[in-house]
Amino acid sequence: MAEPQSPLGHTFVPGDHGNSAGGIGLVLTERRDVSIVQVTAWRGTIPAVLTAIGDVTGLNLADKPGAGRSAGEKSAFGFAPGRYFVVAPSADLEDRLRRAIPLETGTIIDLTHGRTAIRVKGPWSEWVLSKLFAIDFSEHGFPVGFGRATLHHDIHANIQRTDAETFDLYVFRTFARSFWQTLGHAAAEVGYRVE
Amino acid sequence: MIIKCPYCGPRDVIEFTYQGDATRQRPDPASTDQAAWNAYVYDRANPMGGHREFWLHSGGCRQHLVVTRDMATHVISSVGFARDAVASGKGGDRP
Repeated sequence: MAEPQSPLGHTFVPGDHGNSAGGIGLVLTERRDVSIVQVTAWRGTIPAVLTAIGDVTGLNLADKPGAGRSAGEKSAFGFAPGRYFVVAPSADLEDRLRRAIPLETGTIIDLTHGRTAIRVKGPWSEWVLSKLFAIDFSEHGFPVGFGRATLHHDIHANIQRTDAETFDLYVFRTFARSFWQTLGHAAAEVGYRVE
Repeated sequence: MIIKCPYCGPRDVIEFTYQGDATRQRPDPASTDQAAWNAYVYDRANPMGGHREFWLHSGGCRQHLVVTRDMATHVISSVGFARDAVASGKGGDRP
């Protein structure tokens, strides 16, 4: 289910920030209207889980590390062997996945209330995210659709690239406000807009 | 130090947690051989050169890995999933 109360609180200030006089290098948004579900396959059931995710979301994933897809507000990607994030703007995502994936095939955990989804979009997205995470954000190293699990200090983040200049970040809800402020500091240099 | 996770690719060591020597073998749980248990718990060879050890990719895919690392130079010669190493009998005990 969508969470009506954002953890970002008073730190979510719509408008232009940082060095915006020189242009807007990034647009930051919080995606409040999505369900976030983790699906885990048992050893040997990965193909069946991928098929089920495809049936439920229409997103057909390849069985290789980090592979994913997105379409509109729907997305799915792998972040560990046999483990997938599935995101969609529908309150019944967990129920539909649970019907498609019996316990013999895999397990389902609804993370909607445990994660905050932040979208970083703009020509400076690679530059700004590279300040925060020690992974390669170039399109060669991080192709469109793929996902990554990594850290900003001790704040775990799942990241998916949804197009050439857009990244969706999923951070623990209790760390989301702190991370959001850090993201703002990192983006100030290029000017950013909060929507 | 960079560890090349088999799932996530090359990542900085800050994403990993050391989980200990991957060469030690647990005595038979029914054993009452105090010397064997003492050696299992406390004795470490600390060799100069290649060493097999468990690492947890706690800041990434959260998989246990078996890493072969040169203790003197930190050069890593192999990385694999611990479950595969344990299943093949080459990884020592589970961490």
